[in-house]
This record gives sequence, C-alpha cells and structure tokens, in this order.
Amino acid sequence: MFQLDEEQRLILQSVREIVQKEIKPRTTTLDETGEFPWDAVRIFAKNDILNPLLPRRYGGVEVSTYTFCMIVEEIARACASSALLLIAQAEGTLPIVYGADESLKEKYLKRLAGDSQILTGLGAIEPSVGSDIFSLPTRAELRGSHYILQREKCFAQNGSVADFLVLYASTDPSKGTHGVSAFIVEKGSTGLVLGRDENKMGMRGPVYSEILLKNLRVPRENLIGQEGDGYLNMLSTLSASRLFTAAQAVGVAQGAMEEAISYARRRVQFGKTISHHVPIQFMIAEMAAGIESARLLTYKTAFLFDRGESKKAGTYAAMAKLIASDTAMKVTTDAVQIMGGYGYMKDYPVERMMRDAKLTQIYTGTNQIMKLIIGRDLTGIS
Amino acid sequence: MMFDQASLIPTEELRIFRDKIQRLAREKIAPQASLVDEEELFNREVESLLWDDGLLTLTFPERYGGYGKGQAMALCIAVEEIAKVCASSALLLIIQAVGSFPMIHGGSRKLKQKYLPQMSQGRKLVAYLVTEPTAGSDIASIQTTSVRDGDEYVLNGSKCFATSGGIAGVYSVLAKTSDGEGNRNSSFFLVERESPGLSIGRKETKMGQRGSNTTEVFLENVRVPAENLLGREGDGFLIAMKDFDMSRPAIAAQALGIAEGALEAIIELIKNSYTLKKSAADHPVIQATLADSAILIEASRGLIYRAAILNDEGRNNTKLASMAKCFAGDAAMKITIDALDAIQVLSGYGFLKDFQVERMFRDAKLTQIFEGTNQIQRLVVARQILKESMPFNP
Repeated sequence: MFQLDEEQRLILQSVREIVQKEIKPRTTTLDETGEFPWDAVRIFAKNDILNPLLPRRYGGVEVSTYTFCMIVEEIARACASSALLLIAQAEGTLPIVYGADESLKEKYLKRLAGDSQILTGLGAIEPSVGSDIFSLPTRAELRGSHYILQREKCFAQNGSVADFLVLYASTDPSKGTHGVSAFIVEKGSTGLVLGRDENKMGMRGPVYSEILLKNLRVPRENLIGQEGDGYLNMLSTLSASRLFTAAQAVGVAQGAMEEAISYARRRVQFGKTISHHVPIQFMIAEMAAGIESARLLTYKTAFLFDRGESKKAGTYAAMAKLIASDTAMKVTTDAVQIMGGYGYMKDYPVERMMRDAKLTQIYTGTNQIMKLIIGRDLTGIS
Repeated sequence: MMFDQASLIPTEELRIFRDKIQRLAREKIAPQASLVDEEELFNREVESLLWDDGLLTLTFPERYGGYGKGQAMALCIAVEEIAKVCASSALLLIIQAVGSFPMIHGGSRKLKQKYLPQMSQGRKLVAYLVTEPTAGSDIASIQTTSVRDGDEYVLNGSKCFATSGGIAGVYSVLAKTSDGEGNRNSSFFLVERESPGLSIGRKETKMGQRGSNTTEVFLENVRVPAENLLGREGDGFLIAMKDFDMSRPAIAAQALGIAEGALEAIIELIKNSYTLKKSAADHPVIQATLADSAILIEASRGLIYRAAILNDEGRNNTKLASMAKCFAGDAAMKITIDALDAIQVLSGYGFLKDFQVERMFRDAKLTQIFEGTNQIQRLVVARQILKESMPFNP
C-alpha cells in the first residue's frame, strides 16, 4: 500500500502531466464563468481517464478503487471541479456495474469506453434531513412496458449535460427500503424536465441541476437488477462517492498547502521569509499532519473496497469523508491566512480552494450525517 | 431579540442609536446585499444612506458630525448591525473611521478646519494607505518615502489593498520620513485625490466583502504642503497603533455581525421548515450548531464591547482590542462554516448561492486577515500580557 506498482506509477505520472499542462491553466476561468468544463471532458476522454473504473470487458481500463482515488486526488490538487467530473462519471457507472444484468451493462457501459465523451451522473437524493435519506418521495409505477416516475424536484450532478442518469425510486412504498429500485434514464426521455443549473459557491464548473420527473417514462428493461434491489445498490454507490469525495478533499488540501508553502518561502516580513516565523511553521505542520492522516484513512478505505469488505468499507468511507473534508476546510482556510491579503484575492488559487473545500464537507452527506452513520455503525443502532 | 445585546450597551442613548441602525440595515441595506456581492460594485445608494444618518462621520469631532461621547461603542454597534445584513457596507464605516483617525488625532487645528467640513458636508470618503506589496503585517518595512522640500513634502511609493482606494476624496498615507530603523521612521500625510502624481491602480477581485472597493494607489512625486503632515515627523507608527485600538474592536464587531447574520438565517430556516418529521429544533446536529454558535457570539460580544468601552473611557485597550479581533474573527469563520452544514441538513441547499450564508462565509474570512492578521493579534496579546506582568519596564 505504501509503494506504487509500475502501472499505478505510470498512470499517475501521466495524469499529473495532463493536469499540469492542460487542466491547471483553465482553473481560474472555469471558476469565474461557472460554465461546464467541456474542455476537461475532452482532455480526459482523449487520454482515457474519464472513466478509469470502467471494467475491462466493456472496454475500460478498470483501475482499482485505490488507483482511482489517487487519480481523483491528483486532479483535485489543481482543480476540484475537474476531479468532480470523474466522480460524477463513477456515480453514474457504479450502480450499473454493481447491479445491472448483462444486457444493460453491454448497452450502457460500452458507451463509456475508449475516448467516449458520453456523460452520466446520479440523481442525488436530496434528503430534508440526512437520517431520512431512504424515505424516497420518488414513486415508480409499472404500466405495461414502462415505469412511470414522479417527483416534483430532485438534483443531479451533470443533470443537464448527462447522456444518461441513474435514478432511484420506490416501486413499493409499503416495503420501505426494500421497495427501492434503480433505473437508467436516458437524456430526452419523455417527462424528464430539466430545471435550472444551480449557482454554487465552489466547484463552479460541473453542473448540479434541478430535474423534475413529470410522468417520466422509463422502459421496463432499464430497471437495474430486480425491483427492490435499489437500496443496497444505493448504499454501495453512496459509500463509494464518499470515498471519492475524501480523495478529492485530500487533493484540494494538498494543493492549498503547496501554494501556502511556496508563498511562505517567498514572502519577506520582519526581515526574513515568513516561513521562518513559528506561527506559520505551526500552521504548515498541522496542515501536513492532517493531510497525511486523511490520505492514509482514504487509502485504507479504498483498500477495503478493493478487498470487497463492503460493510466495513461503508463505515470507513464515512470516516474518511469526515476527516478529509474537515482537513481540507482547515488547510485551505489556513492557506488563505498564511497568504494574507493576497490569499483573499482571486489572483491566487487558494480562495477558490477554500470555497471548493467547503463543498467537500457538504455533499454526499454533510459531515454531521457522516458522524451519525459512523456512530450508528459502531454502536449497532440503526 | 434573541441575543443579549441591549443589557451590554452602556447607555439608553446608544440603545436608541442601535434600534435606528437596525431598522436602516434591515429595511434599506439588506435588500441590496446580494447584488452588491454579485456585481462587485460599490453601492452609491447605500453610501448616501450612511451619510444621511451620520454613520460615515461617527468618529469625527462632534461639530463635524461625530457621535461624541461613546463614539467607539457607537461605531461597533453600527458596524455590527449593518454587518448582520451586509459586511461590505459595514466595512465602509470602519474605513472612514480608520482613515480619518490620523488627521483627527494628528492634524493641526488649521488642517482640521480645512478638511473636516469638506469631508463631512462635502461627503468625501477617506482611504488609509499603509499596506504595500512587500509590507503587510510588517508595517515598519514600508518603502514609500516622503522627503521635505521647502514648504512641501514629496511622496513616492506604491500602496496596495486600499479599501475605498478608488473612490476616496482624501488619503491618509504612511511614508518613511527618515532612514532610521524601528518605530520612529514613518509619518502620516493627508493627500488629496486630485494631487498631481497620485493615480489609482487596478481594482482587486476578492473572495468576499466584494462590495468594498479595494485598489492599488500609486504616488509619484506627489507634493503636499508641510502642514499636511499629521502629528510630528516620526509619529506614524504610534498613530497607526492608536488607530488599531479603535479599529480592531470595529473589525471584531463586523465579524460578530456576520456571525449573527448566519445564525439568524439558520433560525429563520428552522422556523420555516415544516418538511421534517420532528421539529428541526430537536435535531441534535442543529442543536449543536445553534448552541456552539450562540456561545461564541455572546463571548465575542463581551470582548468587543469591553474593548470599545475602554477606548471610549480613554483607557488602554490594546490587549482587549486584539483579543476581540482575534476571537470574533475566528468565531465568525467557524460559525459560518458550520451554518452552511446546518442549512444543508435543513434544506439541502447549503452550498448554493441563493442563501445569504454562502456570502457570509466568504465575507467572514477577511476578518481573520485585515487590520493585522489573527497571528499578529496573538503576538500583541502575548506581549501585552508580559508587559502587564513586569513590575518595571525592562
């Protein structure tokens, strides 16, 4: 775990080169305009890193969860928004990998292979409170050859740009969580109404769209697995998303620390570079220690995923997300602090990183919800 | 009111003042806050409102529109109330007070008679030109020079991060007047906007407090009459330190206002949230956020008001001023970070720009940085404590 194998080394080296050369120069514009990063999609697709988790038999590279986390981290080190693209792709892909039958996999996963720029995403479940996460208000009723889905409003990463999305809906509300089913919904389906793309504080490139399901017609064969399989599918997908968010947070924190250190070594105040001042050294020390702990927890979680220890991995994913995103928030806030007035200005990337970091504390479940999950898992209270 | 504010305000007059500002802030300034942030524009409409109510001359002598006795508290109260709805607008009050301080406390009577009426009646904004690209926390290392030439001084240098830099009518400029090291080598000068050689550089784009105008200002052979020297030669650093005693509680009050604004937003959301199975108020996550935030707010207020009252009484408040600034800034950062999580738990909208708290989060960060970073404040506090504990000055 502490040494990369040859394949990982090569992949990460190439990711680093691509990010430094082609992604990093675009970060400021991406943040300022808040426009969807089509350039990044094109660059990642061309280099075969848009869907690294895609299984080999469907034309993918199929890296391990661990390698995927390192890729996300490496991209987020320069641009969290671009890293979010890969996460959104994984969120739309994994439910199919986990639960779909062969014909659905053939049909949808193959579309993501090679230099495909096909986008996907997951219809987020927006809980009014996190503990209510599985009381799905979306209803799916089978009428002949189609399921009809109803929902006033939900949100989806990539919602307005995705070629297909995975949505969860209840096919049998009387069964509670065991009535949840997963569906693949194609762009342009009758009844899939796109609302507005939300204006976000950070990670402003990738879109997060409001979608309305007005008698949305989904072909019966687009049910992933069996009716009622959706709950476990959703749990696994959410756990994976949390892990990826943790990896993204580690990357954001690492990027911010590097900016702060490089500034501290240049900036002279009171006759020496501020890197000589003890309060600055303390902040940097806390940054490094925090990042390294968060990174190790994230990698260990990835390791559990790769070993198939899914129950334990779920708890660990919540812990990794909690620690990594809190670390990212603290590190980026302190990075702005070290850089003082300059850090607060848009000319330097750390203020953007601070806004990006805040999102890692919030999405895929706030950290308060992570604590509930961990607490419940460890005490056996559901 | 949910906060125990009134009982800490020392006089009935200040309580009435608070009520007046509160109405102004809520009715007139709050509706502009989002626009000010989005468009990154200095809002002239809000500026006029602040002039109308005498809020941009609070620390002037009374005959020129000042509040008079209790002015440091009045400044803090006004800043707090306005920052609850719009930190950028509150910053304008602080900069007026900070920028005019060197003249009010260092200028000759003649100079004050010349400038204060035109600033007050002529509604001139003032900017404080101290920070330079290579001199931030380390004020003593400024490079801007001022050289005596007959009846004039000639100023040369570049200033940056000047709040109101591009819109001010007059400037308080800190410049080196001697080569000596230490705290006696600089002096303040009053410089008019129209002075030949003074030019405005670029306007900065900031993460937050985006309605304030932050620019570079360049001085190239700017000539000012010798009477525009504020205080005596070499008094610059001393004046700047005294200025901090007044301004740091005010910055702290801005942080406090931002924090209160964020907490009020959560409380409003709880009151309006009916989608939950049980009352949101019973949700442990929300309870923890409410409690932790309210504790920090009350503690900040205690420090800030004490620091301001000491200042009004003419007593040394350096330690408390720094404590207040450091504590309230850190508190505002924590409260706004936590508030976004609470909003996400309550509504699923924590990271969207539709909610004011997202702006407050960005605004709060600056309070940890300007008027001396919180690292510098800790240094000041530590030094003051040691100074107090020494029987004689070593």
